[in-house]
Amino acid sequence: MDLAYDAQYAAFREEVRAFAEAHRHLAPKRTGHRPTSEQIVWQKLLIAHGYAARTIPAAYGGFGAAPDILKSRIIAEVFAEYSLPGGLANQGISMLVPTLLELGTEEQKQAFIAPTLQGEMVWCQGYSEPGAGSDLASLKTRADDDGENFIINGQKIWTSTAHAADMIFCLVRTEPDAPKHQGISYLTFSMKSPGIEVRPLKTMTGGAEFNEVFFTDVKVPKTQIVGARGQGWFVANATLKHERGMLGDPNAALSRLKAIIDLMKTEQLDGHRVMDNPLYLDRLMQLQARVMSMQFNGMRILTSALKGEAPGMAGLIVKLQGCELNHQLAALAIDVMGELGVLYHGSPHERDGGVWQHRYMFDLGLIIGGGTAQIQKNIISERGLDMPREPKLAPVSARA
Amino acid sequence: MEFALTHDQIQMQESLDRTLERVAPLDRIRAVADQPTPLAPDIAAAVAELGAPAVLVPEAYGGLGLGVLDAALLAEVLGRHAAPVPYIGPVLAGLALSLSGSESQKLAWLPGIASGKTVLGLALSEFASGARMDAGVSASQGMLNGKALFALDAATADAFIVADRAGGLHLVTANATGLTQTALTSIDRTRSIAELTFKDTPSEPVDQGDVANTLIRMRDAGRVLLAADTLGAAQRMIDRAVAYAKERQQFGRVIGSYQAVKHMCAEMAAELEPCRALIWYAGYAQDALPDEASLTAAHAKAHLSEIGRFVARTSTEVFGGIGITDLLGLHYLFKRIGLNRQLLGAPERLRREAAVMQGFIDA
Repeated sequence: MDLAYDAQYAAFREEVRAFAEAHRHLAPKRTGHRPTSEQIVWQKLLIAHGYAARTIPAAYGGFGAAPDILKSRIIAEVFAEYSLPGGLANQGISMLVPTLLELGTEEQKQAFIAPTLQGEMVWCQGYSEPGAGSDLASLKTRADDDGENFIINGQKIWTSTAHAADMIFCLVRTEPDAPKHQGISYLTFSMKSPGIEVRPLKTMTGGAEFNEVFFTDVKVPKTQIVGARGQGWFVANATLKHERGMLGDPNAALSRLKAIIDLMKTEQLDGHRVMDNPLYLDRLMQLQARVMSMQFNGMRILTSALKGEAPGMAGLIVKLQGCELNHQLAALAIDVMGELGVLYHGSPHERDGGVWQHRYMFDLGLIIGGGTAQIQKNIISERGLDMPREPKLAPVSARA
Repeated sequence: MEFALTHDQIQMQESLDRTLERVAPLDRIRAVADQPTPLAPDIAAAVAELGAPAVLVPEAYGGLGLGVLDAALLAEVLGRHAAPVPYIGPVLAGLALSLSGSESQKLAWLPGIASGKTVLGLALSEFASGARMDAGVSASQGMLNGKALFALDAATADAFIVADRAGGLHLVTANATGLTQTALTSIDRTRSIAELTFKDTPSEPVDQGDVANTLIRMRDAGRVLLAADTLGAAQRMIDRAVAYAKERQQFGRVIGSYQAVKHMCAEMAAELEPCRALIWYAGYAQDALPDEASLTAAHAKAHLSEIGRFVARTSTEVFGGIGITDLLGLHYLFKRIGLNRQLLGAPERLRREAAVMQGFIDA
């Protein structure tokens, strides 16, 4: 154990702080699904300094630094310290770009990576279907080969940003007769293609964070496949691992905890600070211990990564524990506000723009999405504890 | 930046684990626990041989001169085996003498603590947990009067380090006049606790340097060690439950293939694994990050108490009826976790202290 940073990293931290001091006035507000011009300016500034797209080769529009997990962490910590938005973290950047770098053709890399990094090309992810959620590999959206093109027919759901996206990376079934994991291909195509219909899916938050996407005879040139035909499941798994890393991030829990501490110091009931209520305080302290544990667990995972070792159980539990913790934090914030906690939709006396109710509802979706809590428990018990898979039952149709 | 155990630390844990595997199997633990007091000189000698009681004692006095993290890693292994040996008492008493003992006290006691030939008990409960009933010790002119409850590692102690009501520390030999020791029988038969009553009992002050700080460091180190003991016991309970679930069959399948059972195991693992990082950090903080030492110790002890309780009951449930019998000896781990929870500050008290330490509320 040695938690000190050596001189090189201490100097790097100062360099990032100096950037933050000098440029904080340019920080854009977080907005909806498409980056604003302010966000694009900010993103380009971050890339130029190596605070976004840090390790992506300069030839594809990145900063081109060698991977250094510690530096990436310092950047994230300093940006959190100054409450500055980091680089764009949409699905194109977090999931498609790493996939293209790993498995894309040179042409695909040239065409897509730079505009995606700069926020000018926005992507959505076409994975889940109404009949293929936890069992994603059973997806049915068809891609028929007409010689030159694939002809896509079917439906996707939970497609965030689809209404605002330029492009989609999409899993389709190209080999209907192959075993289910071996008949899938990974395609990229324009959301402006004829035959695509996007319907917003209104959720309990009142917003429409997701969409349904319908494909009717959508033509996609066969060159727009990533990886080999029939290998899409394995291409997608390369990206899912990036998504699971994003969910349950302990830095998000830490900044929420700080916000609740402020809330409990300022909100008053009968003239007393909420912080002075021992029951709320006890819950706050229980959650603080959990936030600390996940933060230190994150440092342990980081050390494993630096050594090139697999993080094992410490990594397998992050999505399950982190998402639940964020949800519990939102619940505490609502509870300490009492009746004020239910105010929403811009009501008089609403606190923090109703963000805690929004998070409480939206985070329930995160507990479910990206592999449900139950799927996470299967993964933990099977991969982490080496317990057997539940035996398969005969298909529903074969049972009496 | 490196958040990991060193090769030496891993080896130290493994060698203690192997030794206890050999000298403290379940039937030996059961035999010790069935005695009126948990005396196991053979196990204590084997543990001392590996340097466990020497861990915090400075090298100049025959110790290993290591840190609280190392002491916690050993406590974890002791918890894993429900080892019936004195540990927290001598380790914290040694810390008291190292920090605030006179040179002659150090020379007289530390080498014996380090070798395991001398055992020191510890009466710190009123300071760390608050006073129950009429407990409390007062010191005047080299004499102690009053009562200390829940003194740790008392049965085999040659002497005690005692905290008084006014924040002073004292060294009292076990055979001092006016000292009466009454064993308290707890659920956990692998460790001894006692009530000490003092009537004009002669004592030596342990009063060098900043004694208030010494008391806090003892309390915080003790909390980390108890939390680590719970980590070890709880991890063992999960390991045993998972192993059992892979063997036990019902309805023609191993029960570990049912999601109802798998998910219980996954929940235990998911709750306990981040605790390991919390213990490492809190142990490291005791020596390297003084500003964070008390807060992380309080949180580690409180959180491990809660997660330990969850794992203790859930892992027992995985076994079904056999889990609550004496046959498998799971209950020794269950009770170990139960005792750790209450000692040196129960979770509700610790969380309140954690809030005070951060200035969220007034003391």
